[in-house]
Amino acid sequence: MKAEKTGKQQRSLWQEAWRRFKKNKSAMIGLAFFAALIVIAIATLVIDFATGNEFYQNYVINQDLTSRLKGPSMEHIFGQDEFGRDMLLRMIWAVRYSLFMGSMSIIISLIVGGILGAVSGYYGKAVDGVIMRCMDILLAIPSMLLATAIVAALGTSLVNVLIAIAISYVPTFARTVRASVLTVKDQEFIDAARAIGCHDGEIIFKYIIPNAMAPIIVQATVGLAGAILSIAGLSFLGLGIQPPTPEWGAMLSNARTYIRDAWHVTVIPGLGIMLTILALNLMGDGLRDALDPRLKD
Amino acid sequence: MHKYILKRLLMLIPVILGVTFIVFFILNLSPGDPAAMILGEQATAEALEMKREELGLNDPLLVRYFNYMKDLLRGDMGVSYRNSISVWDQVIDRFPNTVVLAIAGILVALLIGIPLGILSAKKQNTVIDNISMVLSLIGVSMPNFWFGLLVVMLFALKLGWLPSQGMGEGFVPLLQSLVLPALTLGTGSAGTIARMTRSSMLEVIRQDYISTARSKGVDERTVTYQHMLRNALIPIITAVGLQFGTLLGGAMLTETVFSWPGLGRLMVENIKSKDIPMVLGCVVFLATMFTIVNLVVDIIYAFVDPRIKSLYKKGR
Amino acid sequence: MSEFLLEVKDLSIIYATEDGVVQALTHANVTLRQGETLGLVGETGAGKTTLARGIMRLIPDPPGKIVSGQILFDGTDLLRLPAKEMRKYRGRQISMIFQDPMTSLNPVMTVGDQIREVIMTHHPEMSRQDTKKHAENMMEMVGITSTRYGDYPHQFSGGMKQRVVIAIALAGEPRLLIADEPTTALDVTIQAQVLEMIHALKRKSNTAMLLITHDLGVVAQNCDSVAIIYAGEIVEYGTLRQVYKNVLHPYTEGLFGSVPSLEANAQRLAAIEGMMPDPTALPKGCKFVDRCKYATDRCRTESPRLLEMEDGHKARCFRYEDREVKRHG
Repeated sequence: MKAEKTGKQQRSLWQEAWRRFKKNKSAMIGLAFFAALIVIAIATLVIDFATGNEFYQNYVINQDLTSRLKGPSMEHIFGQDEFGRDMLLRMIWAVRYSLFMGSMSIIISLIVGGILGAVSGYYGKAVDGVIMRCMDILLAIPSMLLATAIVAALGTSLVNVLIAIAISYVPTFARTVRASVLTVKDQEFIDAARAIGCHDGEIIFKYIIPNAMAPIIVQATVGLAGAILSIAGLSFLGLGIQPPTPEWGAMLSNARTYIRDAWHVTVIPGLGIMLTILALNLMGDGLRDALDPRLKD
Repeated sequence: MHKYILKRLLMLIPVILGVTFIVFFILNLSPGDPAAMILGEQATAEALEMKREELGLNDPLLVRYFNYMKDLLRGDMGVSYRNSISVWDQVIDRFPNTVVLAIAGILVALLIGIPLGILSAKKQNTVIDNISMVLSLIGVSMPNFWFGLLVVMLFALKLGWLPSQGMGEGFVPLLQSLVLPALTLGTGSAGTIARMTRSSMLEVIRQDYISTARSKGVDERTVTYQHMLRNALIPIITAVGLQFGTLLGGAMLTETVFSWPGLGRLMVENIKSKDIPMVLGCVVFLATMFTIVNLVVDIIYAFVDPRIKSLYKKGR
Repeated sequence: MSEFLLEVKDLSIIYATEDGVVQALTHANVTLRQGETLGLVGETGAGKTTLARGIMRLIPDPPGKIVSGQILFDGTDLLRLPAKEMRKYRGRQISMIFQDPMTSLNPVMTVGDQIREVIMTHHPEMSRQDTKKHAENMMEMVGITSTRYGDYPHQFSGGMKQRVVIAIALAGEPRLLIADEPTTALDVTIQAQVLEMIHALKRKSNTAMLLITHDLGVVAQNCDSVAIIYAGEIVEYGTLRQVYKNVLHPYTEGLFGSVPSLEANAQRLAAIEGMMPDPTALPKGCKFVDRCKYATDRCRTESPRLLEMEDGHKARCFRYEDREVKRHG
């Protein structure tokens, strides 16, 4: 009875939030842009799989030194890079790295930080003290610095970059989840659940986590923007994704050498990053307004 | 008030210990053998073993951390694997340059962010508000290293107004060389601070005490700055403190773009050569700096908000 | 020179919200002589505060807008003044005490400085020491020792804060004081004290007062005349004696019915049935029609004017049409 009732309330809550989100024009633009990026990322994966990487080899990383740094033309609307590769294709192929690495690291830190935060908030006392002090210390190190240090220690590889970014976002999620748990914890339906014999794990996952969803979703969206920026930053420093793999930050790193010769190799990858982050920020703002109408001015 | 500051200072110690430990721990996960790096590939197994013993690499991690901290208190961070120069000397040499850049960056962020936020809040839902909020959002969304490259292209290469690389010697050249990096570093934070200022001001703007102030016949300027801004300041200060961290992280990128001889660039250079003591030194310094900034922010709170101040006057 | 200190003529104020336009105040007319006190009585949301803020020109805009009318203060139409001139009136000629002392003081400014601000604003010629001295005198006048000049609002109790607010309101020696439910947020024991103090100070300097309240007892003790306001309209207006001895409007009748009396041996207070109409969708005829026991078909379609009786007592009800004084011109 009880579960059914809360389920129903929850649904209408989400529907209500979606209705508010839909009314927000800029948030919808952000969502549309982000959805388009996902489609692009998947499409490139499908193409690579279907052609056995042939397309990737022949067009995306294949060099054509006769037309280095050529500006935009009818044939190559975003121009060509320092090795004569088509910028448009490289931009498109780069999407999946940013999205995949960004979302993977956010998912990892969400799981780790979420568990730490939930345990911390749920059990309180000494457990809470120890976990949260550790999180405070991690937070005392600027996240980009932490990520760089981790990459410095582990070496530059896709997995290490992913781990580095994930760790640097753990404290943020731990705090968000802990705060939500603390507000939900003492409400009556938790007592009710305990009264019918649910054990702690069940209570945390069935009751507390779903009720903490709203701030987590907002945090994850904003975090994803930050993670994508950090990945691009690391790659720009030469510590992230390595050439010839197309990645926006790495493309910018190469473009630096040719900054005097060709504007488009610098401008275009940066625009890609900026628009992606902008879309995510617009979505984040929209989600915040939609999920927590009290915060709206 | 002194007690409050003292208390915050004491609380700094465990945080700095924790931060250095985490950084020390992470950087010692590094799979490479420092002895091999120092002695080169031809070194014999015995020589390597001797070097390891000399560096204390055979001790347990906690012992090594303890020794590192002991040395650190004496201003000794070990020597660079690459060229055997004292890490402390190199870090201290670069540190002021990063401080200068960071302060200039936060100034840019404050000087753009706060007025923009105030303007937006006062003209809520007008064209001005919309434009400045779109600009702030763009500022927040731009990767700062890219923005750096763009300003280099425009102001240094195209217009030739300002230098694009390095740090100038002497006051005027220093200022000239500081403009573009500071702008680059501060723009993103300016966006965040503008957004924070706006929402914080909007919360204050409808408060009763603002009506009281207006009912006194006070002019709008005084209402805005004396009554609104001073009350809106607390969340803004928090945002500025946090932005300082982002800024220090961003300093690595900005310093790389502008070949600014700061800690961030030193760190990046040494990561590539796997010079762990150097990287460790840089990270410890930057993280400590951020911790101290947070302390300063906490103390500023007490000055801005009398409620916090009196809490400590009476309480303990 | 006009015989009245304040003359509000035909004042209409709206709030344009997302849910529609709220008619907060419709064609309100009130007058006030030097030294006189007018009580403005009505339920929450009836438009009392809107009228008060309207006189100060402190309606939050957006969403608020003054659509029509005149506010003559000593013959000058305040609504026509440029913002800079209007500021000279606020605090100096007209002051306002806001409803909730807890939120009407700036938390980051010392109370002394908040009082001094009024003096400094209107007397730029005074030296810093003089303004401070004056502020300290104001504190003593409302019963706070001037040693607390440097304390912050959070260090004061609610009643003490309201004293500070009163000191702020009186520091500019205004000729008109608007008190918006100055005691509702206070403990009952302090309410009387604060009211008494306002009353005494006002009498001393012959200040006129617009006292907003929903407490008819407070009105009886403090006011010379009364305006009853309902759904943005003044429904009854007269001297204290006229209104209390000879209730005209059914709404006022209802209000008196809900006051506990020692004489009448009623078992239960009579509440007014129903609720105030939705301000975005007011009824077409009389605004009170849905709650009125005398309502006729005419009341539903036609809106009554404010009718003036022979003795100057006014009411907005068709039942008194035959008693209305006919004026020509």
